[in-house]
Amino acid sequence: MQKMMEKRALELLGDGTVNRVLGWSAGDFIYDVTPAVFKTAEEVQDKFLYNDFCGANLSKYLVKESRKEGKILVFLKPCDTYSFNQLIAEHRIIRENIYAIGVECFGKADEEKLRAKGITGITGIEMKDGTYTVHTVYGDETVKAYEVMADRCLSCKSKKHVAYDELLGSEGEVVEDCNRFDMVEKLEAMTPDERYEFWRGELSRCIRCNACRNICPACTCEQCVFDNPNSGVSQKAAVNSFEENMFHIIRAFHVAGRCTDCGECSRVCPQHIPLHLLNRKFIKDVNTFYGEYQAGENPEAKPPLGKYEKNDIEPGEAGGAKA
Amino acid sequence: MNTETLIPYVGVVTEITQQTPDVKTFRVEAPGGGKLFEHKPGQCAMLSVPGISEAMISITSSPTNTEYMEFSVKKCGCLTEWLHAMEVGQMITVRGPYGRHFPVYDELLGKNLMIVAGGIGLAPVRSVINYVRDNRDKFGTVDIVYGSRSKDDLVYYDEIVNEWMNTPGFNVHLTIDNPQEGWDGHVGFVPNYVKELNPDLDKTVLMCGPPIMIKFTLGGLMELGFKKEQVYTTMELRMKCGIGKCGRCNIGNKYVCKDGPVFRFDELDELPNEY
Amino acid sequence: MKKLSLAKLNDFFAAVAAKETLYLPVNNNVGKAEYKKWESGVEMSSALNTVRSAKDFFFPQTENLMEFKMTGKSVEVFDTREECEDFVIFGVRACDAASFAILDSVYLVDPVDSYYKSRREHGTVVTMACSKPAETCFCGTFGIDAANPAGDVTVWEVEGAYMLRANTEKGEALLASVADLLEDGCEKCVEEAQAKTRAILAKLPLAGLTTEGVGVGKTKELFDHPAWASLSESCLGCGTCTFVCPTCQCYDVRDFDTGNGIKRFRCWDSCMYSDFTKMAHGNSRNSQLERFRQRFMHKLVYYPDRNDGTFGCVGCGRCLARCPISMNIVKVMKTLGGKN
Repeated sequence: MQKMMEKRALELLGDGTVNRVLGWSAGDFIYDVTPAVFKTAEEVQDKFLYNDFCGANLSKYLVKESRKEGKILVFLKPCDTYSFNQLIAEHRIIRENIYAIGVECFGKADEEKLRAKGITGITGIEMKDGTYTVHTVYGDETVKAYEVMADRCLSCKSKKHVAYDELLGSEGEVVEDCNRFDMVEKLEAMTPDERYEFWRGELSRCIRCNACRNICPACTCEQCVFDNPNSGVSQKAAVNSFEENMFHIIRAFHVAGRCTDCGECSRVCPQHIPLHLLNRKFIKDVNTFYGEYQAGENPEAKPPLGKYEKNDIEPGEAGGAKA
Repeated sequence: MNTETLIPYVGVVTEITQQTPDVKTFRVEAPGGGKLFEHKPGQCAMLSVPGISEAMISITSSPTNTEYMEFSVKKCGCLTEWLHAMEVGQMITVRGPYGRHFPVYDELLGKNLMIVAGGIGLAPVRSVINYVRDNRDKFGTVDIVYGSRSKDDLVYYDEIVNEWMNTPGFNVHLTIDNPQEGWDGHVGFVPNYVKELNPDLDKTVLMCGPPIMIKFTLGGLMELGFKKEQVYTTMELRMKCGIGKCGRCNIGNKYVCKDGPVFRFDELDELPNEY
Repeated sequence: MKKLSLAKLNDFFAAVAAKETLYLPVNNNVGKAEYKKWESGVEMSSALNTVRSAKDFFFPQTENLMEFKMTGKSVEVFDTREECEDFVIFGVRACDAASFAILDSVYLVDPVDSYYKSRREHGTVVTMACSKPAETCFCGTFGIDAANPAGDVTVWEVEGAYMLRANTEKGEALLASVADLLEDGCEKCVEEAQAKTRAILAKLPLAGLTTEGVGVGKTKELFDHPAWASLSESCLGCGTCTFVCPTCQCYDVRDFDTGNGIKRFRCWDSCMYSDFTKMAHGNSRNSQLERFRQRFMHKLVYYPDRNDGTFGCVGCGRCLARCPISMNIVKVMKTLGGKN
């Protein structure tokens, strides 16, 4: 796949269709790939990489990049295409300045899972037929790809590309039985006290680094309320421990109905807080109250929380926790 | 100096003077009278209204003033707006003094001085001017070139006219950006005025004002033949601690709060252009 | 050199904790190590290092500085801090131990930060030599020996036992207080353990990383380096690298109206944040490029300039593991040094 992508990138740069390529750049270890804009064929040949560790969603970079001169080529995995569509729907990216190539994805690896297996001192990883041979200074290890697949990929909602100019590989299918709401259901089944304990246990680890917000393709405000000194909620670190709850709850509300469930928030959290569960709760509720809706599936669709219909559910009917 | 560096003194505002439409001067004394602490010309203090914010403000009064300290504040943010709205008798918190002062105790002794200031930029060097007036025999001539947008925007106007202009060896040159009714003085920008005045090259220049004024005045001085070693300025960047620890006011390897705010231009040459 | 049989480890922890609060790395609910208070039944994590660094003990993420009472036009100031009690941190790695010296060089130089100083004086640091470093480790680049960490007491794990060496008076006192659990140690076992670790360190992928191209006096050369644009291009402007970093020490001071007075607290701040240098009338670092450059110039040039060439990085590798977009100080150093 990397070869095919590289070839297309070079062709499109060469024939002037695009003047830049947004992709992933190789790092020191096989897993530390960095999103990068490649401007020349040499840069592409030198650093362009696509492998099982290219989990980063590139679509948010287009907010900035699509406003620059010339057209940019972007490679989008299926889940990235939903974010891409949502950004188009919100008029945050300029579609004409983008050439989008959809790339197949069968799930990305999570290097944290390698670490959790006690694998360390990694000097290289060979990926073949669903098996990773990990070379380390302590000897070689073999793991199956699915054993170290990112959690978000294990409950992948869709392998279908919903937006592209060109496809490499198949268009893919929506995954009907993805089980992504399993944990939400478990949380719903808890008593309010249990649920409170669960979230306090998770959110109390928050260090207010803002990685979740800054990576989030739905967080594209010019100035975030949390950065506005006049908002009254702009504290960096909490003066009291309840503030980080508010930060995450406010954020989840703000992206409700717009979050495509790309899972980047949980991927980047240095404290491993399962932030996607907050978003999935909203997605599940929107599905329940307004009918099945997948943000980013169709940029023309009216967002359920952005339109009014006479038979919309009344606030009192929605239920919620009974204390 | 207070041993608990972040814990401030409480001061009482005993007089408020409206200098210009957006600048007020606050006189601050200890609750029992007298100064909160001693300082040197060009040093600053952190002023705060608890619950609003804290900011670094230059001490505009001279250390030779034994009764009180003064701070001139331009209204431009939430703290300064609060200060502008308060009344005499209000307590605020003050900590300091912070930073490197103008070298009035050594390098500037016996020198002919030229003070160049624009707008509120006169506040930090006013401390030097009044120090020199009170130690008149230790310094040579003093030329003051001061400009502002309009006559109404000249700070300390009464003090300039009544005291500085009548000090032996002082020459005060005022200018405003545009002609104005009732103004028969010089009209034009400070950098041009400095060039027109064609000062002798033996002067040591102390400069403070908006970055654009500093840039062009410095350029003009270089053209006239001044050396960067003869020119001092005082800087302003975002500060929180005032003691070189919170990490935000650095220009390269120097902290403005601790290693500055006073710098000589040849020293600034060593630093990256990030101010 | 003293020896503690691992069979007596819990007794050792209990004896230490009986006198002062003992903190050590413990796995949390998601299996990641973080420093927690030792209590009976708490097991030490086997992880190489904690997600957050040990700097929290001396420079906590938030800290109340003082309180104010405002009545009419009057203001009263209260120093509300409580007396810091003695505590022991067990299992600090060489990189984090080295980071304390860097924090000291900021907070203990005149004017001394008394909040920090008090905690430093009350804390005893027990370090643990590394035996299984990770690919993200590069402390050796900065002259730190993972096999021989600093600290009040240094611990090496050898077969079935810990070897303990007191390095300071505080360390001597700590070991003396649990003398009945200790036996005479074995220098040779420690040397063997060190040799083993050093052999691994030499094989790590970043073993060859040098500080070539960065350091004292490089401001002019590096500030306008063209590579900052591409290095900072995908930076999200989040604070992850700064907050997991053991040497990042910048802070913000904020006031909080409790409804019953004003609390002034300080909290970690990040030079990566857009409001870090924002003033009412402008910002000296408007772009992410400038903010990104500041962080790395600080660690690799400005800090060494001010501290006799010591670098402001200890090579713990946390930012390598945690940066959402995998941009980090190693990539910066390689690029500025012409190796990338």
